[in-house]
Amino acid sequence: MMIDALPLSVTLPLIGAFAVTVSPGHARGPGLLAALLTAASALSVTAAVWSDGVLRADLGGWGVPLGIALEADGLSAAFLAMANVVALAISVYAGGYFKQESARHFWPLWLLLWSALNGLFLATDLFNLYVTLELLGLSAAALGALTGTREAVAANLRYLLVGLLGSMSYLLGVALVYAAYGVLDIGLVAEAIEPGPIAWTAMALMIGGLILKAALFPMHFWLPPAHANAPAPVSAALSALVVKAAFYLALRLWLDVFAPVLNEAAANLLGTLGAAAVVWGSWRALRAERLKLLAAYSTVAQMGYLFIAFPLLVATPPGLARDNLLAAVVLLALTHGLAKAGLFLAAGMVQKTAGHDRIDDLGGAAQALPAATFAIGLAGVALIGLPPSGTFLAKWMMLEQAMILGLWWWLVVMMIGTLLAAAYIFRVLSRAFNREPTPYRFVNDARTELPALLLGLIATFGLGIAAQPLWVLLEQGAFG
Amino acid sequence: MNFDAWLPAAILLSSMIPGMLIFLLREESHRLRTVLNMTGALLKLGLVIWMIGGVYDGHRYETRWTLAPGLDLVLRADALAVLFVALSTLLWLVTTIYAIGYLEHSPNRSRFFGFFSICVSATVGIALSGNLLTFVIFYEILTLATYPLVAHRGTPDAAHGAKVYLAYTMGGGALLLVGAIWLQALVGPVEFTQGGILGVSPEEIRIELILIFFVLLAGLGVKAALVPLHGWLPQAMVAPAPVSALLHAVAVVKAGAFGIVRVVYDVYGVEFAYANGLLVALGILASVTIIYGSLMALTQDSLKKRLAYSTVSQVSYIALGASIFGPIATIGGMVHLVHQGLMKITLFFCAGNYAETLGVHKVSEMDGVGRRMPWTSLAFTVGALGMIGVPPVAGFVSKWYLGLGAADAGSNWVIAVLIASSLLNAAYFLPILHRAWFRPAPKQWPQEHRHAGRLEIAGALLWPPVITAVLALSAGLFAAAPFTPLEWASLIAEREYGR
Repeated sequence: MMIDALPLSVTLPLIGAFAVTVSPGHARGPGLLAALLTAASALSVTAAVWSDGVLRADLGGWGVPLGIALEADGLSAAFLAMANVVALAISVYAGGYFKQESARHFWPLWLLLWSALNGLFLATDLFNLYVTLELLGLSAAALGALTGTREAVAANLRYLLVGLLGSMSYLLGVALVYAAYGVLDIGLVAEAIEPGPIAWTAMALMIGGLILKAALFPMHFWLPPAHANAPAPVSAALSALVVKAAFYLALRLWLDVFAPVLNEAAANLLGTLGAAAVVWGSWRALRAERLKLLAAYSTVAQMGYLFIAFPLLVATPPGLARDNLLAAVVLLALTHGLAKAGLFLAAGMVQKTAGHDRIDDLGGAAQALPAATFAIGLAGVALIGLPPSGTFLAKWMMLEQAMILGLWWWLVVMMIGTLLAAAYIFRVLSRAFNREPTPYRFVNDARTELPALLLGLIATFGLGIAAQPLWVLLEQGAFG
Repeated sequence: MNFDAWLPAAILLSSMIPGMLIFLLREESHRLRTVLNMTGALLKLGLVIWMIGGVYDGHRYETRWTLAPGLDLVLRADALAVLFVALSTLLWLVTTIYAIGYLEHSPNRSRFFGFFSICVSATVGIALSGNLLTFVIFYEILTLATYPLVAHRGTPDAAHGAKVYLAYTMGGGALLLVGAIWLQALVGPVEFTQGGILGVSPEEIRIELILIFFVLLAGLGVKAALVPLHGWLPQAMVAPAPVSALLHAVAVVKAGAFGIVRVVYDVYGVEFAYANGLLVALGILASVTIIYGSLMALTQDSLKKRLAYSTVSQVSYIALGASIFGPIATIGGMVHLVHQGLMKITLFFCAGNYAETLGVHKVSEMDGVGRRMPWTSLAFTVGALGMIGVPPVAGFVSKWYLGLGAADAGSNWVIAVLIASSLLNAAYFLPILHRAWFRPAPKQWPQEHRHAGRLEIAGALLWPPVITAVLALSAGLFAAAPFTPLEWASLIAEREYGR
């Protein structure tokens, strides 16, 4: 029964996508049902990994190297859980957000994206990973252009091309690996790989393609316009999930495939780019005039933090310290995912109420929507990295490890990023205090405000106070 | 799970949970909001009284919760923690009553009281922190919870004051975080331990430890308003009166001063700090702040600003007490943590009452307020005399012990600082008292709101300053009785010096 949940979390959204395509007039009901079932099956996968260990399903009974296999270890189960909680919240929100006409286009693409996402977390072979990556990029770019405005279409066309370039580069790497070793399953490649020009080139191509998709500085140029111009629930999915998926895959390859051929120079390059992303992204977020553009630049910065983990990971010898560091990085990624989605969903509410999202003119709207403002506040706390959020714990552990290693400059970079983040978040929050008296009701539109608020709450009070289960989960598989 | 392990957490939650519920209330549900506020405040007071008795008998209350491997949230009630917890709980109760009266008919009360409760929870969390990580967590939460209170009025002034406040405290928080992480990377998890934990540290990290001390001090000094990090405090005066009262007497500046005390005694250990010259540096900083704050207070015409600079000066007595090696000065510093709170909150309540009833905001407008508002002015007088150090008000006891401790430790220059500061205190407080009692009242007050009842002002606004003034007076009069702040401070000093 538990084994079945693995393929179900990929196929259920696919079936749902088919159903809503068949009856586009009534997309919301079946769409929400598919969302609920998908999230339930994905969370049951995580629960099973948490209690029983690594789960594996060989589809059709064919084993490696012939069949398609799905596998969930601690790392994938953790990302899977975060992604599905966020996706469910986005679905509920979208049910209240989209009008009839846009809903018709939203649901099929959204469920397709969800299926690709779950597939990406669970696939075990490099080529299947490519397929999910490509599918993810295509559906994401299509969703981003949903508003149909000129800016949105232009930005997402660019996003589409960049995404194709990224997956192409990844695919070239996969082809190299296949030509050299004749296998594609992650476990088998890891056994076969040895240091040399082929492995290095493959690594450069694959990781290079992924950092393009993860919008690591200076390859971030496509992200802000694409994410800022999409409808709010789509922005949330793009910023919280799609770029995180590319990071997940980079981390997975780094840990499981290329571990024998790693070197410090590559890690330092990634870390340096991450540091530049933290400073540049935060600075641009601070200067942004629109709330959603601010959130998009903040994503650029937050992706930077994640890549700072690579030099720390390489410098830490295997053992308890490294496991803790890895868990901290995952915690950082998960908290960002939840918080960023919460921020975009709340921003969407503010934008809808005010009719615009120019930060300087937001006053009354913020005050009229306490729940949305609180969601922005809670998400903001997590994005800055203040207690009691998961990011605070994660940053504390990463920085402590950096200081133990004597790599103090990462601490400087991250503190600069933290202060800049505080500045841009409070630039928004300060708009909530003005003299326009409004009738105070905490929740005004439950279906859209509660998902945003809940995501913010999980990111701060949930992961910030009880992060312990993540460690239990991550002991399964990859870092056992 | 026994009750001892839950008491610290229960004390924290007794204000946190009402705060969160208050956010959800509709603006017009006054009664429910008041019930929630008062239930939380009284429940907390009851729990704290229970805890005082237990700690006195040597009971150990500790809540420990693992946030992530190696990172524990520890709430522990030792004697020092209890001193601060008792102060904040008592003054929160009084201030809540005052705030309910003060904010009657003003907008956004759900938001205000929600953050007000969280602010006090954070302060109690700071007091009960059993390790440096927990302290940092609550220190930052305090920043987050006070920002909305400072910005509450929503005027451009308030927005500006809040921005300055945030810039200072976020910067300070970042420094504290850096210091804490750096220290933890060197010596492992930093538990607050009587006598400190660094006494046995190896010689080769000595320099780093000294550097870290100054990083921590800079981080804490922002909230403690040590010169030159005090700039936010006069700006934050735009907040409503109950917020100023709480900020100055209990929450923010005290959190900084309390942190300095913790770092000196329970992290570095007073002997280590003394041996490495850290105390001298702290003492000089505190002295400069004391004199500078008093001089600045002298030049202010705005009553609240004068009181704000007076806070800058007075709070540094606590740091000064910590900087003198010897138990007597320690007692002086610790007891001032409570005494300054009682006196300063009285003064701010009174300033709020003058502003509310008469529209008096400036010292130069205070002629004759004594006859117009005798009870408020009486309370103000007690607070002001206490600040100067006139016996038998509580402030005298603090200064007496500080001076005695300084003489005992052979630091005669500290006595000079104390005398100079007391003269300056007199110079900026006595003219106010003179105006209030001996000058004739003007024909018309700037903006008078006559109170309909028998009292000079609504009871909810009058009783809090009267009560705190009586407390400040009795803390001095009955200083030697059991369970006074002085007795408790002696208990702490005894345990810190362990002899």
